[in-house]
This record gives sequence, structure tokens and C-alpha cells, in this order.
Amino acid sequence: MKYLTEFRDPVLARTLLDRIAAATTRSWTIMEICGGQTHSILRHGIDQLLPDEIELVHGPGCPVCVTPLETIDRALAVAARPEVIFTSFGDMLRVPGSKDDLFRVKSRGGDVRMVYSPLEAVKLARENPDREVVFLAVGFETTAPGNAMAVKQAAAEGLTNFSEIVSHVLVPPAMSAILSSPVNRVQGFLAAGHVCTIMGWGEYEPLAAKYNVPIVPTGFEPVDLLQGILACVEMLERGEARVENRYDRVVRAEGNPAARAVVDEVYEVCDRPWRGIGVIPDSGLRLREAFAAFDAERKFDVSDIAPTEPEICISGEILQGLKKPDQCPAFGNDCTPTSPLGATMVSSEGACAAYWKYHRSRL
Amino acid sequence: MTDTPNLTTLSCPMPLCDHDTVQLAHGAGGRLSADLIETFIVPRFANTTLERLEDQAVLDMPPGRLAFSTDTFVVTPLEFPGGDIGDLAINGTVNDVAMCGARPLYLSVAFVLEEGLPLATFHRILCSMETAARIAGVTIVTGDTKVVDKGSCDGMFINTSGVGVLPPGIDMSSANLCDGDVVIVSGTVADHGMAVMTVREGLSFRSSVASDTAALNGLVAEILGACCETRALRDPTRGGLATTLNEFAASSKVGIKLDGEAIPVREDVGAACEILGIDPLYVANEGKLVAVVPAESADKVLATMRTHEHGRNAAIIGRVTTEHPGMVACRTALGTERIVDMPVGEQLPRIC
Repeated sequence: MKYLTEFRDPVLARTLLDRIAAATTRSWTIMEICGGQTHSILRHGIDQLLPDEIELVHGPGCPVCVTPLETIDRALAVAARPEVIFTSFGDMLRVPGSKDDLFRVKSRGGDVRMVYSPLEAVKLARENPDREVVFLAVGFETTAPGNAMAVKQAAAEGLTNFSEIVSHVLVPPAMSAILSSPVNRVQGFLAAGHVCTIMGWGEYEPLAAKYNVPIVPTGFEPVDLLQGILACVEMLERGEARVENRYDRVVRAEGNPAARAVVDEVYEVCDRPWRGIGVIPDSGLRLREAFAAFDAERKFDVSDIAPTEPEICISGEILQGLKKPDQCPAFGNDCTPTSPLGATMVSSEGACAAYWKYHRSRL
Repeated sequence: MTDTPNLTTLSCPMPLCDHDTVQLAHGAGGRLSADLIETFIVPRFANTTLERLEDQAVLDMPPGRLAFSTDTFVVTPLEFPGGDIGDLAINGTVNDVAMCGARPLYLSVAFVLEEGLPLATFHRILCSMETAARIAGVTIVTGDTKVVDKGSCDGMFINTSGVGVLPPGIDMSSANLCDGDVVIVSGTVADHGMAVMTVREGLSFRSSVASDTAALNGLVAEILGACCETRALRDPTRGGLATTLNEFAASSKVGIKLDGEAIPVREDVGAACEILGIDPLYVANEGKLVAVVPAESADKVLATMRTHEHGRNAAIIGRVTTEHPGMVACRTALGTERIVDMPVGEQLPRIC
């Protein structure tokens, strides 16, 4: 498979591992931002191959995991309404709210449908003029352009029966929050390749300078990840703190200007609560006033939501890189993929799910 | 030059009838029911047992232990690249009967039809069942048809049950795996599940992937001919290869070590899985089997499988071990080891 097989080449990977080992003289803690990277690291066992001095901690970049419980509860309430066709990306369907998930709402008669693209939801709105079609617009900068485009398309077609529950989050403010925490352990970052594909890497330069931390936009295959780790270790060892793009077959400095423009047209930056972490200033996107008619939370009165989080779950600490899944007392006991306490165990990009699914310590 | 007709794709013209779609009266037991059975169904499965149209089939069975299995088939869409719900329903039960080593002989077929289903669709599916049964060498000897209100089922559900006869000396079970045994898969995995997924509503996605639906009783007979000591056979349908191997490991209280690089996956299937964020090891197959055989027979079984049309891409993919009993581990291309766990539910395409 072009652009895939060569980035899984074991010989190339071995060369990079040797170079990482040769470059490492001290202990370093590096965070991979994206949950997709976490899963790739564990699936390919990259954590087993690195020198003992290199610790990878897993970041907040799982959109399903950081979506606030309140948003999920609100989505569940909307999805249960008889006039609604509720649409969502596949991996949101199993995420637990306070009491339910979307699958259970569906089993009670809610019209919940999985879509691969938000434009499919717009199509459903077009084809079902007597129904309200709601799309659960979650994700980082990566999914924001498609979700924004859906709103733009619905507006252009004059569809009044399409709306979104918007809970978008942004990576750089989350990195700031992690770096400014008094208990922060992270010394270098592998930035999320897909997010950088949209946004470019310019916005990471002020972070690298302010916090004196190397940031490396990195892809998702083993060779990508090892290149990113090598660049990060080399900068750490040299005492450098720059942004160095190691996903240059995809990521440009300016990102994707057309995608950024549509996001900027439809959404605006707002404060956003992150599940398990709390409110991070200027870390989310919401619909601009001009597109308020497409805001499902305004359209449907679901204000009486009072979510309750399980107390034992440490997903907040995991998402900030402070702890690892197997340090949680509930991991594998009270919390498994069949009865998850937090979204990090259920999401296909969650760190706890990755440990459960792949980590050889369970063998 | 004379063209040779392709007997597997020839189809009979649809019978003439007064309706274009299935009516509630088609299941009400009156004249329309009789029309549906006698003009649509019975001619497709023509045999003297079925044609008696009694409430039961009376069968002559060869001597031996009886293997009996049942399965219900629900799939959206009803027709997909490489197959439809009809051949799936025949092949699925043939394979379930065959996996214990039995020779499948007779099938029952029960339809639940949704009011409004185009009769042309029903006819096409019946034709594909006819072809599948002929290829598998089984006879459909009894059946049933019900019609439900529009909206009460998704076009059509089919239940098939099957019986077969087990030759003496064959005793396969998922609990029979021993340390050192070899795990063989009969071909590329994930073809069926990805074929269906890529044509589902909601996934704006097109590909050339076709279902692998096939009857495997012929291949099973070849495997047992090569190694009557075969420990276990199973067709990894729902839940895919990973689920079958986890079931084997749990039943036999052994571990299984896979070589990830050795598991055959078609390039286009692998690409579709990558795009959707789905692991091919968890995707359904409908024309593949997993065989676990003693190490000393592995090469012979593999060579035999590769001579069969449904085993051409067979590969040795792993070994049974006393380590990590009940669990399946996979060696990656990088030489590391990871768990291959039971899936929690259906795999869901990821956000990004």
C-alpha cells in the first residue's frame, strides 16, 4: 500500500531505533498528543523498543475522550426525541453518558444513525424534510472543516431541519494547559499529524518558545513515529526548543488554507470544558451567531442536564500525561471495554482502550 | 467457435404473477401463498422431497452420527458485491455443519419477507440460493414463508437449518488444541465484512472489494483427507479471525501466538480497513476457515488446501503455546508482541 507499507518498514524502523538509542544520554518524557498515535505506538509495540530513558506519555488528543459528559448527556436527550434523526461518527455511539449511550437510546426506539461524513447528515436532512436531522460535531481541528462545511452546505440549500451539537476542541490551548500545570512532566511533544495537516505548524512556534519545549508534528505509522521521537530527543539533548516538522509528506507550515477558512467562517473560538480536565480558556469552537439557526442546543430545550462522573476514574490525569492507564486501580477490574467508567476506555483512540487491547503486560 | 455458458450465472426468468411486490396475502396461507411457494420457491429448489409439499421432510440418512446446525441471516443491503443474503444463508449453514467434519446433506429454509419487497429481488435471491445449494451439493427439503408488515423487518430475513453425517473417527473440537499445534487460515481475511460495509448507507465509500461467501464442505473434506487428526476447524464469520482464535484459546486453555505478517489480507481490503480505522482481524468472513493441526501435518494440510479453489491463499499464521493460556498474541513486523483480544462489539469507524 503506497504511503503506508514503506512507513512500516522494519529495517528502516530498526535504523531509527538505533539512532534514538545513540542520541539518548538522559531520561526524557515525551507526550504524543493524538490518540491515533497512542494506538499506533501500542499496536506496533514501539514502547517496547525504545531505550528505557525515553518515556512516552499519552496526551489528550482523543476527541471522544475529552467531550464533556454534559455534551454527551445533552446529545442523548436530543437523540431520544421522536422527531429527530440523530447522526454521529461511529466511535461516539458507545461512549457512556451519565446513564446511557447512543446505542441504548437507539434500542429504545431513538433514530440514531452512524455516518462517515457530516455531509451524509445533510443529505439525510434533504431527504427527510419532515424530520429534524442533528449531527454530533465533535473532534479536534481535523474534523472541524467537514463539520463546518456541513453547516455551510445546509445554509446554502436553505435546509431548516439540519443542526449540530458542536463540541469542538483545539490542541494548542490544551498543550498550554498541560505545560503550565505545576505537576507537568512533559518535556517534548509529538504534535498530532492530522491536526497539523489542517492548521499547519505555525501556531506551535509561540508555544515552543514560551515553554522552551520541542514540538514535532508527527505521523501515525511506526517510521513516522520513530522519526518524530528521534527529532524530539535530538532537540532535547541539544537543549533546543523549536517546531520541527517530521510529517512533511502531508503537513505544510500554513496547513490547508481552504479548510481553515471554512472553519473560521462557521465557527468561533470559545472556552470549552474538557472531560476529566475542566474548562480550558479559548480551547473550543462554537457556531458563529450568523449560523445560530444550525445550533441544536438552541433548537432543542435540553437544559436540565446534571451529569455525574464516576469518582474512581482517573482519565483526567491520564489525558494530561500525569498517569498511565495501568496505574489506575479500576483498570481491568471495575473498568473494562465492556463496562467502561470513562471515555478513555471506550473510545477507539482512548489510551485505556489501547492498553487493554494491545499491551503485552496483560499476557 | 461456440461459447460455453457459465452455469453459475445463468438465471431463470422471473415467473409471471399479478404483483410486483410481496403482499401480506402472500403469507396468509391462501391462494397467493400457494402461488408464491409453487411458482417462485419450489422450482428453484426442485427435488422430490420438497415437491411433496408436506409439513415435514422424510429423509433417508446414511449411517453415522448426525450433525445439525441452524443460523439466521440478516444483512443490509440484501445484495452486495460478491453475493447476497441468499447464498450467504446456504453457505453459512453448510459451513457450520461442515466444520465438525460432517458432510452436509439437507437444508431447511425459512423466509420472513417484508411486505413491499420487490418480487424481482426475491426471485434473484432464490436463484442465488439455487446456485449455492447446487455448488455445495445440498438439497433443500423443507421450508416456510411468512410475510410481516412493512417496517417489521429489513426486506428479508432467512433462517436455514442443516443436517449432515459425520464419518467415523473424526472428533474435532475447539477444546482439542495442544502445545505446538499449527494454525492455518484458508485465505485472505476480512473480504466479506468490508464488501458489505463499503456499500452501507452512511459510508460514502466505494471499492472493488467483493464478499468471499462460499461453501467450504469440499475444502473440509480435503483437509480431513490429508490429516484426520485435525484438532479443530471453524469458519471465522462475525467477529472475524480474532474472535475464532480467542474462542479456541479459551476452550482449550492454551495461548496462540500469531505472526502478524503471515496473515493474508487483500491489498484493497487492507486499504479500506486503514481508511475506516478497522482491524481486518475482527472483520467477518463468509468463505474462509481456520484449521488447527498437529505440527507434523501442517505442511501436508497447507499443500492440500492450496490445491483447492477456496484454499489457494492458505497460510500458516501461528502456533499454539502453553504461554498466556486463554489469550492470543501477535508478533508485529517490528518484532514486538501485542494482544489480539476479543472484540467488545461491532467495530466502529473512527472519527479521524
